[in-house]
Amino acid sequence: MKKALALIVLSFLFTPMVKAQGFLSKSEVHGNFELDGMYYQADDALGITDSIINGNEFGFNGFADIIYTLGNFSAGFRYEAYLPPIAGFDRNLDGQGIANLWASYTTDRFSITIGDFYEQFGNGLTLRTYTEWSLGYDNALKGARFVFSPIDGIILKGVYGVQRYFWTKYENNNRGIVKGFDAEINLNDVFNGMSDSKIKLTLGGSAVSKYQSDQNPFYKMPKNVAAFAGRFNLGINKFNFSSEYAYKINDPSAINNYIYKPGAAFIFSGSYSTKGLGIYAQFKRVDNMSYKSDQAVTSNALDINFLPPLIEAHTYMLAAMYPYATQPNGEIGFQIAINYKVPKKSKIGGKYGMGVSINYSQMNNIDRSAPNDTAYIGQSGTMGWNSDFFKFGKQIFNKDLTIEIDKKFNKKFKSTFKYIYQVYDIATIQGHTGEPMVNANIAIIDMTYKLASKKALRWELQGLWTKEDNGNWAAALIEYTVSPHWFVTITDQYNYGNKHINEKIHYYTGSFGYTLNTMRIALTYGRQREGVVCVGGVCRQVPASNGFSLTISGSF
Amino acid sequence: MKRIVLVFCTLLFFGYVTSQNLNKRNNLPSVNIKNLEGETFNTKEISNDGKPIIISFWALWCKPCKKELDAYNDNYDDWQEETGVEIIAVSIDDARSTAKVLPYVSGKDWDFEVLLDPNGDFKRAMSVNMIPHTFILNGAGEIVYQHTSYYEGLEDEIYEIVEKVASGENVSGNN
Repeated sequence: MKKALALIVLSFLFTPMVKAQGFLSKSEVHGNFELDGMYYQADDALGITDSIINGNEFGFNGFADIIYTLGNFSAGFRYEAYLPPIAGFDRNLDGQGIANLWASYTTDRFSITIGDFYEQFGNGLTLRTYTEWSLGYDNALKGARFVFSPIDGIILKGVYGVQRYFWTKYENNNRGIVKGFDAEINLNDVFNGMSDSKIKLTLGGSAVSKYQSDQNPFYKMPKNVAAFAGRFNLGINKFNFSSEYAYKINDPSAINNYIYKPGAAFIFSGSYSTKGLGIYAQFKRVDNMSYKSDQAVTSNALDINFLPPLIEAHTYMLAAMYPYATQPNGEIGFQIAINYKVPKKSKIGGKYGMGVSINYSQMNNIDRSAPNDTAYIGQSGTMGWNSDFFKFGKQIFNKDLTIEIDKKFNKKFKSTFKYIYQVYDIATIQGHTGEPMVNANIAIIDMTYKLASKKALRWELQGLWTKEDNGNWAAALIEYTVSPHWFVTITDQYNYGNKHINEKIHYYTGSFGYTLNTMRIALTYGRQREGVVCVGGVCRQVPASNGFSLTISGSF
Repeated sequence: MKRIVLVFCTLLFFGYVTSQNLNKRNNLPSVNIKNLEGETFNTKEISNDGKPIIISFWALWCKPCKKELDAYNDNYDDWQEETGVEIIAVSIDDARSTAKVLPYVSGKDWDFEVLLDPNGDFKRAMSVNMIPHTFILNGAGEIVYQHTSYYEGLEDEIYEIVEKVASGENVSGNN
């Protein structure tokens, strides 16, 4: 009887599911993975000897991310292994395990996530957790996140948790607890009368707090550090304005040398966009705004907020020689950009038109004066400094003028020309104390010639001229691709202007790779020059090396 | 009996969960991202009246991505006329350059829709690792093809698949 009853109940239940294409077919598993392996060799020219490598011939970074979804429910995990980490990654990553584990339930009106999650409030000035594999960076919050949209146009978010610190488990207050709340309202959605308006207005605000017990033997530390921010985005026809201001109460830390000054950050952007033309300007000021969930940490870890560097992100080999990173203790600057497409069939534009873009950015130190008569600027245990909000300090951190021209000559041949002028405070940004300001001129020609419908040859010629640092460089690249599967690339960067005769080194590499849909395998052999790899404003130092590197990645 | 009640409840729950799913417009995860006006846009709203959709993840710092989108833009009028395909370019630029995307897109004169995913929420939900990463969705909103990297001429391959999808051919074997 019971069995019969159960059968009847089951058959009733399954009917709607069969109509819904069966409930198993509604569940889905997908994910991605990447394996990066390095084999290091000794190289006398780079000063790498067998004794330096000393048993560390191999580096291996790998991850696999798996997501399971069933209707509104989803769950996932990420396995990571650094056995040992590739040179240039934080040694604290050494190890392996489940780095990320979460489950969430999402409907049109709300979403709840338990476990490790990523979140950003506004521009991230008060809170941003994210992961960047190429840097070994992950500041995920482990805890709970709740997102609620009571009516269309209003989104409320609440987060609570502790951040990832490599493989170190959270226990006994060994780092801070982060709580945050964010609200965003889109007036066009909320007020019926505005839904068709040409004025689009979104307002937002956030409050974040970190709790960390006082473990400093010298200073009385605030246990709760709160940060607040307000923001808007306003679109009027072809104009768009957005701004965010964030404020943080006093937060003495190893980064700011334990001063008690409150922090602030401000970003204002304006743009004008019309068919074929975009103009953009931005102002930014940061004053003592490092915000980490452990006040003693100075490395790239445990950041609660994100201070975006507002300069052009360069990817060409020599253009990436002097990358800028936000100075969290203070910077003030601006950026202006123009993107223009010279129309098709005009005299200069030719048959296909021509793209022109100009970008100028400048970042200075903020202007500082001593906090009082008895203390010096930045002295531990004091208010640190006084600073006028709009006054530029005399010290220039970085200037960057980039002019780029894209031109397609005919169906087969197109090219990009780029000129860059940079001023770079290498002493402050890279910590090369005592070294003079770098002034560099960089020119790049990138040409692509289509040999057949799926075969193309691409080559780059680059030059960097400077009297400072390591002097002049020349670089070349040649690449052959067969779409959609194959590529072969050879590159060389030559430091011909180095003052030391034995440091006039060729950094050559040879690579080839194969792609099948989303699966990709690439093998590179050659020399890596010492430098800084930056992605999205976070940078890591890469030591010089010589050897093989293998990357296998995929997504399914 | 207890066991039956338990099974009943569990199935009821899953039945509820799955039936909730019936009215969904596509098979993409539900993620709130932004459009270029700064307004929230839910990825469930991506639709094209039963015609194919190309979703391409890109960023201002990714030169091959921009080449791929340029190549699509050069062909977009023809492609739309022939198959009704819609292209959606999802920028994963973070706060460093999200405000630069709109003037860049205008300067490029791209005709397709561009969305902003500044903290990679949609990117992660779609298991995107390297960019460019391009998806093709069929008329039912199902992913039938995906590809990472761009080499000169890839647009021809992409369009061949779009044509097949538009004519109702099953191409999921390419996935």
